[in-house]
Formats: sequence, C-alpha cells, structure tokens
Amino acid sequence: MPFGNTHNNFKLNYKVEDEFPDLSKHNNHMAKVLTKELYGKIRDRQTPSGYTLDDVIQTGVDNPGHPFIMTVGCVAGDEESYEVFKDLLDPIISDRHGGYKPTDKHVTDLNFENLKGGDDLDPAYVLSSRVRTGRSIKGFTLPPHNSRGERRGIEKLSVEALTSLDGEFKGKYYPLKSMTDAEQDQLINDHFLFDKPVSPLLTCAGMARDWPDGRGIMHNDNKTFLVWVNEEDHLRVISMQQGGNMREVFKRFCVGLQKIEEIFKKHGHGFMWNEHLGYILTCPSNLGTGLRGGVHVKLPKLSVHAKFDEILSRLRLQKRGTGGVDTASVGGVFDISNADRLGSSEVAQVQLVVDGVKLMVEMEKKLEKGEAIDSMIPAQK
Amino acid sequence: MAGSFTRMIAGRNGAVLLASLGAGTMATGFLMSDNPLAAEVRTKLYPPSSDFPDLRKHNNCMAKALTPAIYGRLRDKITPNNWTLDQCIQTGVDNPGHPFIKTVGCVAGDEESYEVFSELFDPIIKDRHNGYDPNTMTHPTDLDASKITNGVFDDKYVLSSRVRTGRSIRGLSLPPACSRAERREVERVVVMALAGLKGDLAGRYYGLQDLTDKEQQQLIDDHFLFDKPISPLLTCAFMARDWPDARGIWHNNEKTFLIWVNEEDHTRVISMEKGGNMKRVFERFCRGLKQVEQLIQERGWEFMWNERLGYILTCPSNLGTGLRAGVHVRLPNLSKDTRFSKILDNLRLQKRGTGGVDTAATGDTFDISNNDRLGKSEVELVQMLVDGVNYLIECEKKMEKGQDIKVPSPVNQFRK
Repeated sequence: MPFGNTHNNFKLNYKVEDEFPDLSKHNNHMAKVLTKELYGKIRDRQTPSGYTLDDVIQTGVDNPGHPFIMTVGCVAGDEESYEVFKDLLDPIISDRHGGYKPTDKHVTDLNFENLKGGDDLDPAYVLSSRVRTGRSIKGFTLPPHNSRGERRGIEKLSVEALTSLDGEFKGKYYPLKSMTDAEQDQLINDHFLFDKPVSPLLTCAGMARDWPDGRGIMHNDNKTFLVWVNEEDHLRVISMQQGGNMREVFKRFCVGLQKIEEIFKKHGHGFMWNEHLGYILTCPSNLGTGLRGGVHVKLPKLSVHAKFDEILSRLRLQKRGTGGVDTASVGGVFDISNADRLGSSEVAQVQLVVDGVKLMVEMEKKLEKGEAIDSMIPAQK
Repeated sequence: MAGSFTRMIAGRNGAVLLASLGAGTMATGFLMSDNPLAAEVRTKLYPPSSDFPDLRKHNNCMAKALTPAIYGRLRDKITPNNWTLDQCIQTGVDNPGHPFIKTVGCVAGDEESYEVFSELFDPIIKDRHNGYDPNTMTHPTDLDASKITNGVFDDKYVLSSRVRTGRSIRGLSLPPACSRAERREVERVVVMALAGLKGDLAGRYYGLQDLTDKEQQQLIDDHFLFDKPISPLLTCAFMARDWPDARGIWHNNEKTFLIWVNEEDHTRVISMEKGGNMKRVFERFCRGLKQVEQLIQERGWEFMWNERLGYILTCPSNLGTGLRAGVHVRLPNLSKDTRFSKILDNLRLQKRGTGGVDTAATGDTFDISNNDRLGKSEVELVQMLVDGVNYLIECEKKMEKGQDIKVPSPVNQFRK
C-alpha cells in the first residue's frame, strides 16, 4: 500500500510466531515456500518505496488456493521487490517457471523477422490470432502499491505515448472514468472493455483501489492493437485479428511495442527489464516475456483424442476455453497458447505456437479422414 | 498481557515524538529507515494535490467533508500506530455510494485516528450524528437497565428483540489496521475474559479456523455464524485480511448472549431472544457488558472510551453507544400507510428488511431500530425504541379496528 512503511516497524515489536500467518490450509506457491524461519529472516526488510514482506504475501494469505490449481500467492509492489525479497521470490519463480535458477539469464527477442512462417495457418480451422504482454514503467511503483498520484502519472505518460502513434497504430484513448455510454457499449461489443477486478486474487493485493481513477483503454482505428492502462499491470499490450496470420499479428505486436518503448525512454521512463528476469511485471507468473500468444482453433476430433493433453504438453502449449483462463471449450474450439514465459524469448515462444498449431491442424485433418496420427506425435520440445 | 502492552507504548514513543513534531509519514519513514532517497523523492514528486481523490461522483459523508485543504494538512500525518489518512478514507474512495443508505466512507485504524485526523472526522461525526459537536459536547453513558419502563411488547406483533453494540480493547489497533499478532491478542484477551462468565451467561468460544462441520452447521441453524465480509464497504477497508485467523464466535449455553470476535470491530456484543421482552434483553445486555469489562480490567485491560466520543469503534457511525436496539415486528396495516416513513422519522427510528442492513423489507415484517448512536445514553436510546415501538403497535391496533392514527411530533434530538 502507498501509505508509508513505518507500520512495518511497529509490527516488529511482536514475536515472529505471533505475526507469522497460518498457512496450514493453503495451497499456493507462496505457502509452499514461506516458513516461519524465512518470515523471521526477511520481515524487517522493505524496498526503497516502502513495500514489505506482508504486502507481498497478503494476497496469498487471503486466498488459500484451489485444490487443483496452484496460484502464485504473492505480488511485487515495485521493481526492487524481486531483489529485496529474493529469498522468497527466487524459489517461487523456480517452482513456477520450470526450475529457473537465480543465476539464469533470460533472452529478449522482439525481432519479428526471426519468426519462421506463421502466415499460413489454415483459416478454416484457425479462427483468430492474438499476442499479449505487459509492460511496467520504470520509476513508478506497481499496481498493488502505487498511490493515486503515481497512477495518474503513469496514465498521463501512457496517453502521451499512445496518442502520438501513427500509421496503423493511430488510435484513441478512453479513460474509464469519463467514458460516454455510447463509447462503453462499443468497447463492450468489441470485447475490449475491462472491468473492475472482482477476483479476490487481485483485490486482496490492493489492485482495485481508487477504481476507476487513472484507468483506461487505447485502441487503434483498425481495432487490431489495444492497450490497457493501469489494470493488473501498468500496461497490457494486445495485438489481434481474425484468421490465422500469426506472423502479421506478431509483427504488429513487436513494432508497436518498440515504438511505445522509444517514446517512454525519451521521457526518461523506459520499461522495467533486467537480464535475469526479463520484463518485470506485477505477478511473478508473468516475468520474462509476459507473453501469451495464442489462437482460437477448431479441433473437435483431436481434442477428444486420448493423447491430446500429452501432445500439448510436449509442444509446450496449454489449452483454455474461448472465454479465457477459467472457461471450458465450446463446440470443439480451443484457445491454444504458449505455456512458458521465462527462460525463452518472445520469438521462440510464438514459434512454438505457430509450429505446434500447424501440426495440430494437420493432425485434425488426418483424423477427419479416419487416419491415425501416432507417427506425427512430436518429441518433447 | 498488560505488561507487554506498556512496553509497546514505550516502543511507539519514537514515532509519536516524530508525529507530534509534525514530521510527515514519509519524513518519519525517512528518519526511521536507512534509505533517505526514496522518502524525500516521493514527498517532493507527489504533493498532496496530486494524490487528492476524485470524489465528484461520490455520495458519502467523507466525500462531503474532505476538501483539498484538509487533505493537504492531514495526508502526511500518522497516528502512533502509524496509520494514515489515506488508509482511513480508502473505503470511501472505492465505494462512491450505497443504494439504500448514506455511507460514512471512512474508518478509524486506532483510537488515536479520531484525534490525529479530527479535522476530517469531526465534521463527519457532526453530519452523521445530527449535529453532535465533539469539541463542545459530551456523551453520556448509562447502562442501568432498571430504568426502562414499558419494555415488554405484545408478542402478537413483536417476533423477536435484540440489542447490539461493540467494544474495542484499548491499546490494540482496530480491524482495518491490526496486524495478525494484534488481532490474535484481541482474541486472547476477550476469550480469556469470557471464560469467566457464569450462571445464565456461561458459554463457550468457537474459533472460526477450527470449527468442525457439526459446529458450523449448528451455528448456521442458530443464525449465529458470521462469514467473511463480502461487502466492499468492509473489504476495501482492509477488514477481511488474513481471514479467518483469530476470528470467532462466543455464545452462552442459552443462546441469548452472543459475541463476535474480530469481525468489523474487536467485539460485537449481542443480546437477543424470541418475543417482545426488550427489558429482559437489555438487562442481560448491560449485565453481560459490565461483567466482561470487569473481567478484562482484572487483567489490566480496558475498553476504548472517552467522554467526547463515548465508546470508540471502527466506523464513526457507531461511536457513542454503538447501540442498535431493535425488534422484528409485524405491521401489515401501518406499513402500507403513506405516513409510515414520517412516523418512523419523528420517532427517530429506522426500518430495515429482516435480513439486515443491506436488505429491503419484504412482506409485513420489519426490523425497526433506533437511528441514533451518539449524544444520548444507552438507556435513553432503548427507552426511545421502546416508546416508539409501543406507538407503532398502537397504530397497528387502531388500524385493525378501522380507526385513524396520528403522526407523533418529533422526539428531541439531544438531552437538554
């Protein structure tokens, strides 16, 4: 919370046992890692902006988790959280990101020309393509922690940057708090409007404070490039279009991001990034590329094949319903996207999606003809 | 224990001293931490004007009272427990209004919030409590239930009677602000005291964390179980943190005296029974409260109270007596009369649905209770409720016989 760090000093008057949260019924990454000893060791630390251990873990304390899904259970309040609380966050990052070590380096590659193919996914099967990521602006604290003044500062900078874009990126910014009814309806119909978070994973982390102050949406006139300001991250950047031309989507994504970054750098506020963790975002699960690249694809036969989940796993892909992360598929149409975020580059992750989806569409076609697909099942990527 | 409590006061002196010197939050943090850069930079970069909330679409007491000038003077102050103005008002910023009630829009984090931020709280208190001015008036406390007259209602109309209030333990932060250790300390102090109750008040404690399925079902059937708050008025005020740690319910064996621990206040104390014997309900209420107070005093603790504001609770709307005395009463004829609301207003009563504060009334049965909390004593408020409900029942009886009713003249606001 942006309310000052001195409250933490007051808590230090109490013994560790008295302050340590009861995590006995919890099932999230934070609860797995945080012991009483570790809590005692780092509870007197704070980042320069005053973010403390209790701030980091509050969302994980308040949300014990789901018996089948492992949530992360902690957030960063600023760039330095990942450093000051590395004793807690490094093991969580390793757990969440396939054994990523504190000494590992993350490669960033936003050169769209390095992507091979991706422009020939069969539109009879691939209905739409989309790439999203997040960006945090250096010099500001993150959504769980920032004050109204900071959040407005982020919005101001973002609006300046985004409304100065031209060409295919030319567009308009819609602040949430002064939207007209007509604008709101249009944004809803376009599936662009984001609402005040209701998920307690986010609200318990303080991310819905002062809603809708400082929040808004920018999109280009073509409705293929969209940026959310001050939702779960400073910026969420989305490139999308109907059909299977993931190459074009990714090109627009990379070009747009680079243009935006240049403008922010000119104002002395580049993006938060380092060579160990890549792009710094609020949730540790989005570190690295923060990239989810995916398609809506028709796979009615393949999806009921016994080996479907194994194929996905080997291709390093994940499935979701077309309503998003917590939905089931409808009519055999799946949202297929990359599973990884940290430890591989943007190009590499989108390449996996492009190659993997191409293969799965071929499998689907084979199954339609009544042929077997066993010989096509790939090795682990 | 009281010993460690005194040690803690000593430990807070550093912050108190700095706060009294007028050192702002950030400056105090600067002086108490080893990182000088961040605090200074932030204070300079973000003056109060940049942080002032946008309250143009808001309709709560805080939004009415908070001006940029007041915010500017108070933003960088802290209470001895290091609670700030922004924390007090967050719930009011996040919740512009409520469909049925004018919300207060701010909470206290500790007893001292009402002093350190008095420039904001005093006008809110005045607004909410009929012009009560904490700077010139004193609040009377009277828990002598024997003074109540005509306090037994006709059971044909009154289905149940209930009196509730809250009490806070002096020296520990309130639910919006308390750390896990403080909250557990509240639980320890209260549970230890309650274990000393005897006779018709003897009972037991059910910690929310350790409820068996059977106990949980029983508490639900008795309508005793309180759940994790979902109202954003409470969650945005940080009151649901660490749920269900150190929360629980105590009730006597007869199920007529019930205490909630660490829900919206340190304690909520409820006396109730079926039927219309409000006098007996209030008598048990007063007796129970006095005994609990004695039991905590024996261990060196006391309730938060002062003669300016009476009993100190989390929400300014509950200051004074914190008392809501009410009945569930059937008024099929009266409730359809267009004068019903005016009658209630003049009697200084309010109606709610039988589901509680956020429900609308359905059918003919209403929850009728006192409007006021501060500026009148417990006895005065309960007597007003008793007189008011008796009047309503008289009206209902008259209307049953086809007779007409009168709107009563307004009851006096403050004692002379």
